[in-house]
Amino acid sequence: MLGLGVATLWLSIIVLLPLAAVVVRSTDGGFSTFWDAVSSRQAVSALRFTLLVSLLTAAVNAAFGTLIAWVLVRDRFRGKRIVNALIDLPFALPTIVAGLTLLTLYGPRSPFGIDVAYTQFAVLLALLFVTLPFVIRAVQPVLIELDREMEQAALSLGANNRTVFRRIVLPNLVPAILSGAALAFARAVGEFGSIVLISGNIPFRTQVSSVYIFKQIESDAPISAAATSTVLLLVSLLVLVGIRGLGRWGARHDR
Amino acid sequence: MKSRTPIVLTLLATLVALVVAGCGGSSDEKGGGDSAGSSGDAKTELSLVAYSTPQVVYDEIIPDFAKTAEGRGVGFKTSYGASGDQSRAVEAGQKADVVTFSTEPDMTRLVDAGLVNADWNSGDNRGLVTTSVVSFIVRRGNPKGIRTWADLLRDGVKVLTPNPFTSGAAKWNILAAYGQAARGGSDPQAGLDYVRELITRHVQVQDRSGREALQTFVSGDADVLLSYEYEATTAQKKGEDVDFVTPDDTIKINIDIATTRDAPAQARSFLDYVLSEPAQERFADWGYRPVNQTVLDANRDRFPIPSGLFTIEDLGGWSRVNDEMFDVEKGSIAKIEEEAGVSTAK
Amino acid sequence: MTVSRPWRIALRVIGLGYLAALLLVPVAVIFYRTFEHGIGAVWDSITTPAAISAFTLTLEVTAIAVPLNTIFGIVMAMQLARGRFRGKTLLNALIDLPFAISPVVIGLALVLVYGLNGWFGRSLADAGIQVIFSTPGIVLATIFVSLPFVVREVTPVLKEVGDEQEQAAATLGANAWQSFWRITLPSIRWGVAYGVVLSVARSIGEFGAVSVVSGKISGETETLTLLVEKRFSNFDLAGAYAASALLAVIALVTLLAMTMIKPRREEEEH
Repeated sequence: MLGLGVATLWLSIIVLLPLAAVVVRSTDGGFSTFWDAVSSRQAVSALRFTLLVSLLTAAVNAAFGTLIAWVLVRDRFRGKRIVNALIDLPFALPTIVAGLTLLTLYGPRSPFGIDVAYTQFAVLLALLFVTLPFVIRAVQPVLIELDREMEQAALSLGANNRTVFRRIVLPNLVPAILSGAALAFARAVGEFGSIVLISGNIPFRTQVSSVYIFKQIESDAPISAAATSTVLLLVSLLVLVGIRGLGRWGARHDR
Repeated sequence: MKSRTPIVLTLLATLVALVVAGCGGSSDEKGGGDSAGSSGDAKTELSLVAYSTPQVVYDEIIPDFAKTAEGRGVGFKTSYGASGDQSRAVEAGQKADVVTFSTEPDMTRLVDAGLVNADWNSGDNRGLVTTSVVSFIVRRGNPKGIRTWADLLRDGVKVLTPNPFTSGAAKWNILAAYGQAARGGSDPQAGLDYVRELITRHVQVQDRSGREALQTFVSGDADVLLSYEYEATTAQKKGEDVDFVTPDDTIKINIDIATTRDAPAQARSFLDYVLSEPAQERFADWGYRPVNQTVLDANRDRFPIPSGLFTIEDLGGWSRVNDEMFDVEKGSIAKIEEEAGVSTAK
Repeated sequence: MTVSRPWRIALRVIGLGYLAALLLVPVAVIFYRTFEHGIGAVWDSITTPAAISAFTLTLEVTAIAVPLNTIFGIVMAMQLARGRFRGKTLLNALIDLPFAISPVVIGLALVLVYGLNGWFGRSLADAGIQVIFSTPGIVLATIFVSLPFVVREVTPVLKEVGDEQEQAAATLGANAWQSFWRITLPSIRWGVAYGVVLSVARSIGEFGAVSVVSGKISGETETLTLLVEKRFSNFDLAGAYAASALLAVIALVTLLAMTMIKPRREEEEH
């Protein structure tokens, strides 16, 4: 178990120690200071918007991600391999570049005349971009492995397509879709780089929690920044533990 | 087993090779040499930690300084960023010999931390390197005819200012708006009413920093950007289509500079050089109001003194203003922002 | 499920349309914006001393962070795939945390620990070691954000491969070290490679956390992504796009590497 010890130590030094510092700092002023910081109207509003927009992001990408995964697995067309490779681009592209690009494309100087900059929709757009690969990459392998004979059998027994999709395909995909969506959600909650330029940072409307934390740091309110961070940390941890639960529920789930 | 050379190793080898091959300097000038002089035969290295906008000017001043007797053999490391970020970084241990910030609390923080001597502002220049005033940056030709603060409140006028809680520039903007309506601080309620009207009805986007706001203005459709006077000059010099209007009533912006307590003697000579005529000329070129009297007199027509100019002291000084207006929880501006949020949240 | 042709095409159009609007067009725009003033200007702006030093620093940091995380990733993956111990679920979740944490929080956290007023800052400073506002801080932030990739790519492969071969080797007298080099590593190497590529991409692209701890000293602690931001705010939009395009090219090369590695990794899993 030496390996486990060393690896856990590394994890502790790199990840857990700094995070512990944040949590400790957030309680510097006692519990009431902590509570005041996280329950201030702006903090709550930012958190609510963050969670809602992340949920919406996860839902939209769950739908489109499943659809795209299906197209990539079951459909045949030219250039499929290239499309397949491009899916991972949001993982590879720096978020600051993503933000700059989305602003150019869907901002005031949009070549298509689509100006959604500084709206809640813009935040959604940025999040959809950065979380695009999660669901696709979770569903794809499951879909490849899916036993087509079962579908054929159902069809030959007179089931129509819709029934086959609802009764056979979808149930097999659900764990993968959910875990992909949950990862997308977790990623969306913490996103910063791609959002700052395009959101316009309007309090109570487009201000997400990570930008709000930034503002607290800038305003010399480090304890309050740490407190909000702690709440965000808890949300992430809950989601991630939840994903693990899903993982055990969906038998083939690995990621 | 197929090939025994893991691709990992190949990738790593490539990386290491690239790293070893690489070398660099600090200049970001196209085709330029290492003009900011971070290497070479420098005996002393000075760290200049500055707020973001004057980079264009220091990029000219530093090579000039290197040509003087005092500056020979002095190398520079420069760091530019948001004023508050830079100040917090120095407090948290970033090496700095000369610091320059756009709001005084950023300097006070370092005095409190014992990094800058408390008498930093006792010299002839009173700690200032340049000054400026809050101006209206407008579209070329000023199509909406914006002249006064009252014009900003006309129906349909869109105003841009960064978020005062993340940007030093925005604090000056809000203070100017507040001070002119409060008639230099004697009628706080009128001042706050004006700011409330401005923020809730005319300001949509609140960028993080002054420069982001300027980019938003240049690429967007707002009518007015509240900003430092020199930002308009910088934008014009960089080829942007903007004009600026300085209202009669506005606030004087102080840009502070100081050497840190443990800085080498060369830091002091650099500071003296920055305040000398040639360097102050450079500042004037970029639209900064010089503090050197000779240079200021020579450029008098470019920098007219607005008739209703007031200062931060007229409003009670930074520490009072910060507590009463910009406290992130209880300040009056935070409250106005809350109200603005309530009215637009739905 | 046999989907009729019109339906299939409709789904294809919707799926690819979504991808085009979200992925393809934005990336095309970066390159269009970059090269609209000609290739010479682009070359000039990515070969300034500051750009070269930013590029070098970015690679340096990556070259330190990725190998460390690769070793950690393999060790941790072996424990997660083979080991049985309490708290495995929690450990699993903790490993994913860097995916989910806001980079601003990561930066703040590192300053709280290693900054001058942080937990270790004073003693480190007394020892003459500067972490924050210097390369070590950037490296720490980069390790933090790219920590999970190798673990996440290798664990499923290890599970699929099983440990029969290793046990066989052990009965034949191989020690743990030999069995790792001769059997385990070769069988997971494409998984490792895939994780490494993802880590490299993430390391090169990190912005938020690095911007807090870097100090932004031009030519010294300025990474490529910071350069993009600095140029953006200094009216050098063309330069910002050029540096972005450079990053995008790195991203595309990464994608290419991933596409090449992926089929082999999938072979490993079966």
